[in-house]
This record gives sequence, C-alpha cells and structure tokens, in this order.
Amino acid sequence: MKPDILHEKLKPAFQPEHQYAFYKALEDKHTTIEVDDNDPLSTRMILNMGPQHPATHGVLRVLTELKGERILKCKLDIGYLHRGVEKIAENKTYQEFMPYTDRMDYLSPYSNNVALCTAVEKLAGIEIPDRAAWIRMLGCELARISAHLLWLGTMLMDSGAISFFIWTFREREKIYSLFDEIAGHRFTVSHARIGGVAADLTPEALAAVRKFISEFPNEVAEWKTFLNKNRIFLDRNAGIGTIGYEDAIALGMSGANIRATGIAYDMRTFAPYLKYDEVEFMVPTRLEGDNLARYYVRMEEIEQSIRIINQVLEKLNVPGPIRVDNAKKSYPSKDEVYYSMEGLIHDFMMTDTGVCPPPGREIYHAIEAPKGELGYYIQSDGTGHPWRLKIKSPSFSNLQGLEKILDGCMLADTVVVIGGVDPVMGEADK
Amino acid sequence: MGLLELLTPALLTSLAVIGGGAFFLLNSAALAVYAERRVAAFIQNRVGPNRVGPMGLLQPIADVLKLILKEDVVPAQGNKVVHAIAPMIPVITALMTVAVIPFGDGLVGANLNVGVLYLLAITSLGVYGVTLAGWASNSKYALLGGLRAAAQMLSYELPMGMAVASVVLLAGSLSVVEVVNAQRDLWFVFVNPIGFLIFFIAALAEANRTPFDLVEAEQELVGGYHTEYSSMKFGMFFLAEYMHVTIGSMLITTFFFGGYHLPFSSHWLPDIGNWKILLDITVFLGKTCFFAFSYIWIRWTIPRFKYDQLMRLGWSRLLPLSIVNFMVIAIVLWMMR
Repeated sequence: MKPDILHEKLKPAFQPEHQYAFYKALEDKHTTIEVDDNDPLSTRMILNMGPQHPATHGVLRVLTELKGERILKCKLDIGYLHRGVEKIAENKTYQEFMPYTDRMDYLSPYSNNVALCTAVEKLAGIEIPDRAAWIRMLGCELARISAHLLWLGTMLMDSGAISFFIWTFREREKIYSLFDEIAGHRFTVSHARIGGVAADLTPEALAAVRKFISEFPNEVAEWKTFLNKNRIFLDRNAGIGTIGYEDAIALGMSGANIRATGIAYDMRTFAPYLKYDEVEFMVPTRLEGDNLARYYVRMEEIEQSIRIINQVLEKLNVPGPIRVDNAKKSYPSKDEVYYSMEGLIHDFMMTDTGVCPPPGREIYHAIEAPKGELGYYIQSDGTGHPWRLKIKSPSFSNLQGLEKILDGCMLADTVVVIGGVDPVMGEADK
Repeated sequence: MGLLELLTPALLTSLAVIGGGAFFLLNSAALAVYAERRVAAFIQNRVGPNRVGPMGLLQPIADVLKLILKEDVVPAQGNKVVHAIAPMIPVITALMTVAVIPFGDGLVGANLNVGVLYLLAITSLGVYGVTLAGWASNSKYALLGGLRAAAQMLSYELPMGMAVASVVLLAGSLSVVEVVNAQRDLWFVFVNPIGFLIFFIAALAEANRTPFDLVEAEQELVGGYHTEYSSMKFGMFFLAEYMHVTIGSMLITTFFFGGYHLPFSSHWLPDIGNWKILLDITVFLGKTCFFAFSYIWIRWTIPRFKYDQLMRLGWSRLLPLSIVNFMVIAIVLWMMR
C-alpha cells in the first residue's frame, strides 16, 4: 500500500510528518523476498505493532508489511522513551548524574553505575582501592544474572510458556533482596561512587550472597533440563532470526548477539577493566547466529557469572578501604564528615563542585553490560560538569540488527526474536 | 394427541439428563476457570485466588459479575450483527454436545444411532464463532487470529476424525452408548493407544489450548480474535473455551477411557442396584476432571507452536499416522473375524 493512500486513510493526529515519513521508509525499504507487484488477492497487509504492544519490551514500534503471516519487510521506530539523558548530564556534576544511569538500562542498574564511574575515574585519573573493585565486580555480575533472568523469562513468556516468567522472577526477587542488603536499594541501586563504592559489604550481605550463589546453580540446571530437550522450544528458536557475523559487526551489535555469531567480543577480556584480568572465566560463543545460539550463549554467561562471583567472594575476605583517601577525588567517609571540620567542608565541596578532570581531556571507556558494550564518551572542560557526554548503549546498536533480522520471519517469530535480541528501550532511547 | 401423552418416562429422563448435563457444563466452565487459576498458581509457586468465598470458590462469580458490569464496545467500522452473533456460536455448539454423551448406564439425553458423527459435526462448528469474530471486528490482529483458527480447525479435524473412526471400527457402532458399552471390559486406550494420542492432541487443538493457542496468542496478536471484544461478549468466548476443555475431556473419557465404566468392571463389580447410577456419574466425572487437569497442566508448562510448525505437525505427521493406525486396526479386525 502506498504511503500516500495509507496516510489519507489513517489521518494520524500525532506527529503526522513523522508518521508519513515512517510509512514512506517502509515502502522504500529494500525487500528481501521478491513478490509479484500485481497482487491479485491483495494478500499484503501493513501491520503496526506497538509502541503499546504487550511483547515489544516497552515502547518499541515495529511497522511490518505482511504477506499472509510472513514479514516481507519491517521498520523500527524508536524514541518513544527519549528523556534527553545526555543533555541532562551536561547540567549535573558527574556524581549527581549517576542516578540517571540507573534509569537507562533499568534491568541492570549496577552495571550502568559502574560504567559511568569507571569512565569518570579514567578521565580524572583516579585509582580505586582493590576492595572497591571487587565489590563492583560482584554487583556487576549479579546485575548480569538478574538481566539475563528477565530475558529468559520474557522470551519464554512471549513464546507461550507463561509459568517460566514467574519461575525466573522468583530468582530475580532473591537478587533484588541481595541488592537491598548490599546497596540499601532493591532496584535503582546507585551504589558505586566516583573513587569507590558507597558502603562496604556487611557480613549479612556477604552471607546472603554466598547462600544465593550456592543454591542458584540448581535452578539453572533445572531450567536447562526443561528447555534443552523441549522440541517446541528448539523448533521455535533454531534457525530463527539468523544474522551473520559480517552483518553483526557492520551494524555494531554487541553482547550476546554478536557472541552468538561466533565473535568472542567481550569487553571484560577485550579491554579488561576493574579486576577482570585477575579472575578466570570463559567467553561463551556459538556459530549459528540464530535465536537458539543467543539462548545458549546467555545461559552459559549466567554460569560464568556464577564462577566469577565465587572467585570474587574469596577476594572479599581481605578487608580494606572502599574509597580513595583523597578528598579532591572522592567523598570522605561519613565518620570524617560528622566529626571533623575538614571532612564536612570536603563533603560540601564534593557535592557542590565534584570531581574536576583536567580541561580538554576526552576519553571513551566501555564496559560489558548484560546487553553488550556500554560505553561513555566524555569531554571535560575542567569543571565538575561534563562538557559533552555521549552514551553508546548496547540496546540501540542491537536494535539496528533487529530490523535486518526480522525481514523474512513469520509474524509469530517477531516476539521471540525481539525477546532474543533483548533490547531495553530505556537504554536505546536514552 | 395431547401434550401429556408425549411426556413418556423415557422423554422425561432424556430431558432431565440434558437439563442436568447443560447445567453441569455451564457450571463446569466456572469451575474450570477457578481450577485453571488455582493449578496455574500451584505450578507457578503462587497462592491464586483465595479471597472471594471459601478458598476463593466464588471467584468465577465475581469475575462474571465484573464482566457484566463492563461497557460493551463494538468497533466503529465493525459489522455489528456478526460481532454480536459470533460469541454465541461456540457456546451454543458446546452446549449441544451434552445431548449424546452418556453419563451413566441409561443416563443419556438422546441415544442417536449416529451419535459419533453428531459429536464430530457439532464440535467443529464452534470455529465459525472464532472466525466470524475475527472478521467482524475489523481489526488486523483479530483477523489474523480468525484466519489461524480456521486453518487450524481444518488441519486437525482430519486426524481427529480418523482417530474417532478407529474407535468406531473397534466398537462396531456409531452410537456413543454402544462405544461406551464396548469398553466395559477393555478400555480402547489399551487397544488403540496411538488413536488416543492423536485424539488427545487434536482435542487440544480444537479447544485452542496451549500448545495450539496461536489463535489468541496474547504476545504477538494481543488476544487474537477476541481483541475487540469486551463485557459479556468476551465472557462468552471465555465460557466457550472452558466448556470446550470440559467437552474435550468428556470425549476422551467416552472414546478411550470407558466412559462411566471402571476398568474390567464386569468381572469384579457386584450388583449394587440403584447406587450404580451414582457410581457411574462419579466415575465419569472423575475421569473428566483428570483430563481437564491435564489440559491445564500442559497449558502452564510448555510454549506454543508456530503457525507453520502447527501445519506441519497436523498434515505431515498426525494425518498419515492416523490413517496408518486406522488401516492397521481395520486389517487386524478383519483377520480376527
């Protein structure tokens, strides 16, 4: 259907120019399956999914052209959750901006905090104490497990196994309780600080993490026995949503999506940050590049995260400082703030001005977030605010691949493929 | 001939059975909703509805009350007449099936000599409601749901028919009562296990239950054919779905699990007079409940098929298998003659 006719029929009231351009973009897009233009039965249909749709993981909008149940071509429309986070950053000190990162990839807030803090520390030349790095790694890996659990639950729910969602959410609840013990918050943790972390782990928190890590592998093993031989699950995922490694690289995909195509690209080994070069773990990869490969990769990543956490827990037996002992680079401890004049002044200065990196310096630093490479590009002008802060969010890049993957799929595959690529719209739209 | 002369004892029994059966079926839908929610909660480590009435037993009544109080919305561009008629079709066809199902010895609404054909014909009529609902809503999601329903019904009607045909061969009669009586000693599930499997799968598909619920696939089609339905019209679809679950379970019980007969009952069951009727009904309902539970169990455990996989399973696996099964049974019966 021509965009002009469509536009005439629909008369969109909301952003009419954008709607027209969007329909036109679909019309102009290269078709992967050649169809006869003289379509006597007019079996082709334009179907709009989203932005309010139960299976698009938030506010993703997919415009598809269908022939029967097969998608000839599709276009993605993103930006419905745009909040101008990058612009907000320019008006905040580095530390003040950190809680905003919690709200970007809201499924793994800890990773986002760490991504910003490590980037700023690199910019300002701050070396954090060992114990702080280990605590951050613990938080990051717990966040990875939590995010992957949500991916597993929602992807299976989208393919019809609704109970699975609740089974994975039970385990996620336990991780939330762990974060409550570690950071004092369940969801948006904001635990990392520039120059270290907010608070040390209590013995109760450590015991809770140990208990969880000893029990959790049994659950994973149970899920794997359920899924790895389930014919319906395998048939629905094998060979669905395939993308080759050339395309994956060209479109800038990262995380499990690129590792499922055979590229062992993981920031934890590619450019180690924190203490990832001191722990032993593997980067799981598969060669198929389909949805099933993404499933296997993520399931193995959960197991590798457990392995890392076990090693981190050993290192955490050694006590030590959790923040840099330099009042120009990090917050002083609360003891100093409450009982000394200098501490109070330093606390005030940190909140008011914050860390001031050298003027003119710019850096790019990326970490391996659960969804992929999460990078911060920061330009400093010497004040406590970034001159420019650009976020390279993995979901945004992965969505570029999604548009290509969906062409030629069945309609029923869309939800499974979206679940498999696992975008978070809060992060993609920023 | 006066009206009173028509009311023979046989007719009165029939009317009582049909009335009782319809009453049971209507209530079974409510109970199935309650059971579904409780069993789902059990599978998902939750509690489930337990606030309305003792153990939440009155929850279905609260649900229906809520649905009745809701506003009834008809899409502006939809076909209003068809939109209103469509939800009634599955409910009415579901209610019509109880007429020929024997609940106990002599407890049958109408002992039709073509009862099996009647059952097959009536149960497959329900799909009209779904397809018409999809068409009348003037919504793309509903239309896709309706189309899927029609295609699914076509593909699974055939293996189901072949499975039933093998049962008819074994029983030597098209009357449902005869089919049940033929299983007094040996249930057909032991003689014809492949037929049972095919029938069970096809019955799942006919009731649009997981793994064949792509008609209403909440995730991609938002609700499929009943996307544009609200209030009690939606409630009717809901009612019909659960009635189909009950009917499917009844049919499995009748065709393969000896209806109201206990296993090998003629060998050991003493004569208990009129109490036999109570026992029959209890046995029949017990078996029905078990299969209704299996429906729910399956729904909350496994994912659903995709459209093309569903077609492949129906046409290239189940249909040939059911034909071969039918032929083998026919040949064996001919040789044993």
